Amino acid sequence: MGNKVLMKGNEALAEAAIRAGIKGYFGYPITPQSEILEYMSIHLAPRGGVFLQAESEIAAINMVYGAAAAGVPVMTSTSSPGYSLMQEGVSYIACAELPCLLVNVVRGGPGLGTIQPSQCDYFQAVKGGGHGDYHLIVLAPNSVQEMSDFVYLGLDLADKYKNPVLILADGALGQMMEPVSFPDYQAHEHRADHSDWAARGRENNRPQHIITTLHIQPEEMEAVNIRLQNKYNDISLKEPRFEALKTEDADILIVAFGLTSRIAHKTVELARAEGIKVGLFRPITLYPFPYRHLEKISESIESILVTELNAGQMIEDVRLAVEGKVPIQFYGRLGGMIPTPEEILEKIRSMKQESRQKELI
Amino acid sequence: MSEIQEGFQCDILDTMDLVSERPDLLKDVIMHYCPGCGHSVVNRLIMEVIQELGIVERTIGVAPVGCAVFCYNYMDIDMQEAAHGRATAVATGIKRVLPDRIVFTYQGDGDLAAIGTGETIHTINRGENIVMVFINNGIYGMTGGQMAPTTLPGSVTSTTPEGRDIFQHGNALDIAKLIALLPGAYYVTRQAVNSAKGVRKTKKALMQGFKNQINGLGGVSFIEVVSNCPAGWKMTPLESNELLQNHIFNHYPLGDLKVPPKPAANKEKKAGEKI
Repeated sequence: MGNKVLMKGNEALAEAAIRAGIKGYFGYPITPQSEILEYMSIHLAPRGGVFLQAESEIAAINMVYGAAAAGVPVMTSTSSPGYSLMQEGVSYIACAELPCLLVNVVRGGPGLGTIQPSQCDYFQAVKGGGHGDYHLIVLAPNSVQEMSDFVYLGLDLADKYKNPVLILADGALGQMMEPVSFPDYQAHEHRADHSDWAARGRENNRPQHIITTLHIQPEEMEAVNIRLQNKYNDISLKEPRFEALKTEDADILIVAFGLTSRIAHKTVELARAEGIKVGLFRPITLYPFPYRHLEKISESIESILVTELNAGQMIEDVRLAVEGKVPIQFYGRLGGMIPTPEEILEKIRSMKQESRQKELI
Repeated sequence: MSEIQEGFQCDILDTMDLVSERPDLLKDVIMHYCPGCGHSVVNRLIMEVIQELGIVERTIGVAPVGCAVFCYNYMDIDMQEAAHGRATAVATGIKRVLPDRIVFTYQGDGDLAAIGTGETIHTINRGENIVMVFINNGIYGMTGGQMAPTTLPGSVTSTTPEGRDIFQHGNALDIAKLIALLPGAYYVTRQAVNSAKGVRKTKKALMQGFKNQINGLGGVSFIEVVSNCPAGWKMTPLESNELLQNHIFNHYPLGDLKVPPKPAANKEKKAGEKI
């Protein structure tokens, strides 16, 4: 690891992308992620890549579709309303099985919403977004360092599985400054060649390469779907990532991802200072969700608190993980509001109170 | 008609009679295009041009959504199938990351002039060095003959059963005329393949477009082909060709709308001036 530098999350992500070998960036301005676009406009071309500001997010994702089909490492970034516009293209890219990196620096919605941080696009990121049965690999950073680190991880996974990877951040992670160090990563050793399938001209008179998502015969379309589902099963077995903090002796487990997991980390410290044994489970891959790992940890837990910057989206996956064996409560803030560690602590106290009363009864 | 039908079964008896051969790049398969439709001719002409220019090793085509959605089944070149209207954005992505490749889109009127108008205008306005082939038959053939942006006033389609009323459905969009105004359009021409002469002129225009790109001359080469749609127009191929000649060409006159500027004699560039 190199020396630490102080950077915004958006800029750290953009710098990491260039270091990781991104050769094409196509995007459209939208707050709170425009720094990625601006950073790329300055730094990508001098370092051997192509930057283009598209006329819309729709055009941007389709430029990514074209460049990814040519086998070139390529990315785009946007924020919630822009990511909604991209969904058609994301579905095509997923079906065509093209590696690329997508970034959604989420802001509060629905509609035009607010430019403040939110996690309200969890369902869109994890459960689909566009049409059809497909999944992205979804990574949720919780620091500026991870805004950088997950770019390398994301591109490696995209190449490995020929699948688009989404970094699901939020406005706070994009805007805040923290020290970040960039690893010693040799892009040329990582980025795959893809000449066995990419459409870039019939070099040496090889057979035609077709990049298409049209399979008009249902038997053929079903076969494509089965291939995709087999891939997703493989991914869900091999790639779940999570972080567990002080879960060994915990009575109450907080489950939180991204920015909220950092706030909850502080809550764990505050609660333990009062003698309440609280642990933290943080999914890092939102798809594949670490179901089995959460289930295992929850075996010794009295109750679970899910906290998110939304009305309760990831909580559905937490319920699926623990299958009703542990009571689950929820605390969320909406529309760009962020809870303090003390707010979450208050919820923890009330949960502890409830369990004491139950013991007394 | 009877002569044509009899002749259709004939093999070429004497190779001396062979005027034109299927180019190798046009696959020897049955096309899904309806009998008499202009698409198949243009598919073939593009393959002839790519073959004659010897650029198959570096050519990538982008297919649209519409009647030509399967054109990669006939064109034996690397191809990518775009979402409806997005072909030029896809082509931009390819051309920008692989600038030494030859990239073209093949789009219909719904794709290029309705759902993809934004992409069309901005791709051309950026002056992407690509070829756009535009098949304008004034109808949505693939979905069953609905009104297209280019449908002429008064025309009956499955969504304008009383004929296109400009007050209700808007005017026919002459997108080529609009495009020719943009500085990023290098070459804009409108051709047709309803006659032998038209076929030759269309091939010449396509050849010009691809040569422009090969020579790196800045901007889009836009080749519109005003075509027929016998099935969608609900008439015989012959009748549809007559309608082109007698009615439609009056609204979409054939010929060049914008030709490349002639090289200026010894015009020296000022230092720092951008091309």
